Amino acid sequence: MQPHSSNTRKLVTGFVLALALTLIAFAAVWTLAFPVELTFGIIAISALFQVAVHLHYFLGIDSKTPVENILAMAFAGVLIFLMVGGSLWIMFDLYERMMM
Amino acid sequence: MNSYRPTTSRSPGPTEETLDVRDFGFWLYLMTDAVIFSLLFATYVVMFQNTATGPLPVEVFDIKHVFAETMFLLVSSVTFGFASLACVREHKGQAIIWLIVTIIFGLGFISLEVAEFVGMINSGAAPQTSGFLTAFFSLVGTHGAHVSLGMIGITVMIFQILIKGLTSPVKSRLHRLGMFWHFLDIVWIGIFSIVYMPAWLI
Repeated sequence: MQPHSSNTRKLVTGFVLALALTLIAFAAVWTLAFPVELTFGIIAISALFQVAVHLHYFLGIDSKTPVENILAMAFAGVLIFLMVGGSLWIMFDLYERMMM
Repeated sequence: MNSYRPTTSRSPGPTEETLDVRDFGFWLYLMTDAVIFSLLFATYVVMFQNTATGPLPVEVFDIKHVFAETMFLLVSSVTFGFASLACVREHKGQAIIWLIVTIIFGLGFISLEVAEFVGMINSGAAPQTSGFLTAFFSLVGTHGAHVSLGMIGITVMIFQILIKGLTSPVKSRLHRLGMFWHFLDIVWIGIFSIVYMPAWLI
């Protein structure tokens, strides 16, 4: 979490990785070179990797990050899983039943 | 942990420990903000097919425009990183220059976004047109409002560095503002992956 743990090389590495992942996703959508399902997979995987790259290289999350910060992030993850997962489950189940 | 020194002027000023606690408090705020954005994403996913008599997502989104916005925000995240590094290395002038560069890229992003919103509203794709557009403007607008607030924050930090110098409270504030700015770039990854890209595929 401390600013001194980051340095120029780490920042530039993060930028190159983030740029590459962004370009992969945009190129897949722009060219439509692959089937739609595969393109969705490419978007999802490059987005997840890019979030990880940003967390590590830009926000400085690593093994030295205080455990309470990681716990707060994990708790937010649980809340997001419950609320987003629950909302989508209920609403799409409702759509399906309304169309019967 | 060694970059924070207690101030030596008349007032004792915050200690290293209280500044660490503020970092943690700000981290908790960011996590709550992540929950807000997640629910706006969930709302969008539930609503995006409800276009009523309005336009479809694919008719209002432009891939080149979104790509330009993405690049502006990504580059601004990196330039803020350089500002933070300059601040740690006690290079006051460099820190200010990188912050100004960050604001320029941030302004580039916001002007593209405002142009997109105005163009959509003028072509009949206003927030009240359909459930899809309400959810779209809520999510992307909330992100844009955060970026705008972040730029006000950067402007304030430039003046604090100019007037107060790189004291430990100023450094600590700049660090938290950097966390905010990088966080917004992470939210944008979700926006282009969940809102824009699927629209061109379906």
